[in-house]
Amino acid sequence: MSQSIDYQAPPRQSFTIGKLWTDKRTRGLVIQLLATIAICAIILYLAGNVVENFQKLGKPFGFGFLQQESNYDINQTLIEYSSRSTHLRAAVVGILNTLLVAVCGIILASILGFILGVLRLSPNWIVNKLAYCYIEFVRNVPVLVHILLVHGILVHSLPKPKQAIDVADSFFLTNRGFFVPKPVVEPLFWLVVAAFVIGVVYAFWYRRMARIKQAETGQQSPVNWVMLGAIVGAPILVFLLTGMPLGWDVPELKGFNFKGGMALKPEFLSLWLALSLYTAAFIAEIVRAGIEAVNKGQTEAALALGLPRKRTLNLVVIPQALRVIIPPLNSQYLNITKNSSLAIAIGYMDIVATIGGITLNQTGREMECMLIVLGLYLTFSLIISTIMNWYNKRLALVER
Amino acid sequence: MEQTTNRAYPPGEHPDMKPPIGQSGVLYWLHKNLFSTPFNVALTLLTAYFLYQIVPPLFSWLMVDSVFVADSRDHCRELGSGACWGFIGKRLGQFTYGFYPHDERWRVVLCFVLLIIAAIPILWDKAPNRGKWLFFAAAFPFIAYWLLIGGNGSIAPYGILFALAVVPVVYFSPVDDEARANTKTLTNVLLFVWLFVLIRLQNIFFSYDVDVGLSGLGNTTRTVVTLLLIGLTVLPLFRGGMSSNQRGLWATGFFALASLWHFFGGTNFGFSSNQLLSVVETDQFGGFMLTMVIGVTGIVVSLPLGILLALGRQSDLHIIRWMCTGFIEFIRGVPLIALLFVASTMLNYFLPPGSNFDLLLRVLIMVVLFSAAYLAEVVRGGLQAIPKGQTEAADAMGLRYWQSMRLVVLPQALKISIPGIVNTFIGLFKDTTLVVIIGLLDPLGIGRASLSDTKWQGLSTEVYVFIALFFFICCFGMSRYSIYLEKKLHTGHREE
Repeated sequence: MSQSIDYQAPPRQSFTIGKLWTDKRTRGLVIQLLATIAICAIILYLAGNVVENFQKLGKPFGFGFLQQESNYDINQTLIEYSSRSTHLRAAVVGILNTLLVAVCGIILASILGFILGVLRLSPNWIVNKLAYCYIEFVRNVPVLVHILLVHGILVHSLPKPKQAIDVADSFFLTNRGFFVPKPVVEPLFWLVVAAFVIGVVYAFWYRRMARIKQAETGQQSPVNWVMLGAIVGAPILVFLLTGMPLGWDVPELKGFNFKGGMALKPEFLSLWLALSLYTAAFIAEIVRAGIEAVNKGQTEAALALGLPRKRTLNLVVIPQALRVIIPPLNSQYLNITKNSSLAIAIGYMDIVATIGGITLNQTGREMECMLIVLGLYLTFSLIISTIMNWYNKRLALVER
Repeated sequence: MEQTTNRAYPPGEHPDMKPPIGQSGVLYWLHKNLFSTPFNVALTLLTAYFLYQIVPPLFSWLMVDSVFVADSRDHCRELGSGACWGFIGKRLGQFTYGFYPHDERWRVVLCFVLLIIAAIPILWDKAPNRGKWLFFAAAFPFIAYWLLIGGNGSIAPYGILFALAVVPVVYFSPVDDEARANTKTLTNVLLFVWLFVLIRLQNIFFSYDVDVGLSGLGNTTRTVVTLLLIGLTVLPLFRGGMSSNQRGLWATGFFALASLWHFFGGTNFGFSSNQLLSVVETDQFGGFMLTMVIGVTGIVVSLPLGILLALGRQSDLHIIRWMCTGFIEFIRGVPLIALLFVASTMLNYFLPPGSNFDLLLRVLIMVVLFSAAYLAEVVRGGLQAIPKGQTEAADAMGLRYWQSMRLVVLPQALKISIPGIVNTFIGLFKDTTLVVIIGLLDPLGIGRASLSDTKWQGLSTEVYVFIALFFFICCFGMSRYSIYLEKKLHTGHREE
C-alpha cells in the first residue's frame, strides 16, 4: 500500500537583489519597508524643522501658559468666567459652548429633518414640492453663508430692546438677543426631580415586565399610558402637591437693555438656527432615502397579517428604515459638531474662537493651541461615532 | 346614434378611447394630488396660506421694490423699500475679481473661457474631437497658472508637454501586449520627468535657482532651441501613421528633453526681462475668481489623491493600510477651519527656517487633503461594493495589481460612487467660503469689507443673498450633472 512518492524539491534558485522586487511574496514587504522609511524620514525632517524653528525664535514648548490670566471677556458663558480667569478656564468655556451649540443643533436639526423628510414623501403635491425647494436651496448654499445671513437678519432686522417683540410680557425678541424667563429653583424642587427619576426607572421596569408578560402569555399591557403617567404625570403631581416650588426670573427692560432672565445672544441664536436649518435639509434627504429603502412588500405583508397601520409603521417600517438612516445620520451629527467651529465668523466663543483664536493671538503659542483644538475635535468625533456605532450595532440585522 | 362597436374595426386598429370621466384632466390631478383626504385638504390650505404670507413680500423685496442703481444706502432707501442691488452692482467688479489689477482682469476672463473649453471634452463624452481636446484640458492647469500669476511663462510649456505625456496613458487604454509594454516604458519615462518637474516646482516656491551657464547662450539660440523642442514634442499630434502609444512615447521623450532644458535655465522665450505677463501676487486674488481657483484646483487634485487613499485603505499591505486609515480618520475627525488655522499659523514651523510659503498654496494643500480624505471614504464604499470575483478574475487573467485596478475594478467602483463623489465636490466648493476666516478675500470677504464702507452699512442681507445665489447656481448645476452622469452610465446590469 505504502508507496513512496519520489518527490524532488524544486531547484533552489540563487538569490539576487532583483528577486526582492520581482517575487510577489517579498515585493509587498519591500514596499511596506520603503513606505515606513519614507514616512519616518518625513516625520524626522518635519520634527527637526520644528525644533530648529523653536530654537531660532527662542520659544519654549509647554502648556504652562494655560495657567496665566486670559485678559479677555467672553459674552456668553455656561460657567463663571471673567477676564481674570485663566486660559484653561477660557478653554473650558469654549468647549462647553461648542457642546451647547452642537447638542442644541443636533436636537433641532433632527426634529426639523424628520418632519421635512416625511413632508418630502407626502402624496400632497404642494407640500412635497415646497419641501423639495427648501431642501435643494438650503443644501446648495454654504453653511457659512447661512450663518452670516441669519446673523445679519437677526442683528439688522430685529428691533432694539426698547421696541422689543414682546410675547406674553415674559419673552422678548430683540437685536441684542432673545430674553426668556429663568427658572429659580426653590428648596422643595428636588422632590420633583426625585419623582421624575423614580418615574423613569419605574416606566422602563414596567415596559420590560410587560414585554416578558406578552412573550409568555400574549397579553398586552397599556405600556404607553403607564410610561406617560410615570414619566410626565408623577413629577407634575408632585410639583403641584409641593406647592409649585419653582419661581421665574422674568427679564425686564432697564435702561437700554433687558436685565434678569436668561438671554440667548444673537450669536448663539444665529449659529444654532443656521446650523439646524442647514443640517435639517441633509437629514431630510437621509430620512426620505431610508423610508423609501423599505420594500413596499414589507408594508403589504404586515397589513396582510392583520397588523393595524400604526403597528405596521412602528414594528415593521421604522425599524428597517432606521437601519438605513443611522450611519449617514451619524456623519451629519459629526458635521454639526465640526461646523459649529464656524462660530468664529460671527463671534460666538466656541473652542476655536477662544483657544484657537484669542488665546493663540495673545500668547503666540500657535503649536500648543492648535494641538489642543485638533485633539479636542478628534475626541468629540470619536465619542459621537462610538455612541452612534453602538446604537447602530443594536439595530443591525442579526444574521446567521 | 353613433356606435363605436368593436366590429367596425379590424383587430388592433381601434382608435384610442378617451379615459373615463374623472380619471384625467386638471380636476382629477387636483383631486388626486391636493385634495384627496380631509387631512390633505387641510395641509394644502395651510401650505397655500403659508406661501401667500411668504412669497409676495419676498418677491417684492427681491424684485419689485428693489433698487438696481443707487449711489449710497440712503439713496437706495429714498428710491425703494426693497433690496438695494445697486450696492452689489457698484461692487460687482470686486465681487468677481477681488483686488486683481484692473488692467489685467482680461486674463481672468480668458482663463475662465479656457476653463470652459477645457471642461467640455471632460464632461461631455460626445464632444467633437474629444480625444484631441483632452490634450488641451490636461495642459490647462499650467496655462491657467501662468495666466493668473503671470511672469515669464516658464510653467506654460510644461502644460503642453504634460498633456502630451499623460493623456495617451490615461485616455487610450492599451489592450494588446505590445501596447502594454509601450505603456510601461511610457510610465517610467513619465515618472522620471515628473521628478524634474517637482524639483522645478520646488524652486518656484522656495525661490532658489539652478544655473549651469545656459543663460550665457545668446537669446536667439535659446529661443530657437526652445521652439525646436516644443515643435518636436507637438509634432506627433499632426503626423498620421503612428499609434497612440508611439505618439505618447515620442512626446514624452521630447518632454523629458525639454524639461531638462527648461530646468537648467534654457528657456527664456527671448525676453530678457522675463516678464511676458506682469506678476500678480496671490493675495490680490479674490471674489468669485478665488472661489473658482480653490474649487477647481481642489476638485482636480483631490480626486486622484482620494482614489489612491481609498486603494491604500483597501490594500493587503498592513503598513500602507494603517497609514491611509490613520490619515483619513484624522482629517475626517477635525473641522476644515481648524486645518486652515493650522495652515495659516502653524505650517511654517514644519518648514526649514526662513522659507516662506504662499498662503493661497497652503490653503490649497489643506483643502485638497481635506476633500481627498472624504473622497477616499466615498470611493472605498464603491470598492467594497465590487464583488471579490472581479479582482479574482482579473488575477486569473494575469493582470497585475495596477492593471486590474485600472481596467477592471476602478471603472466599476467609480461608476457606483459618482453621486458620493459629486456630493463631496459640492461640499468642497461650498467649503471654499471658509477661507474668509483666515483672511483670504473670497466673495464673503469682499462682502464683509464692502459692508464696512460707511456709505453702504447695514446691507448685509443683500450681500449674503447675492452670494447664496451664486453658490446655489453652481452647486445645483453640479448635482444636476451628477444625475445626468448616473443615468448615462447606468448600464442596466444592476436592478434597482
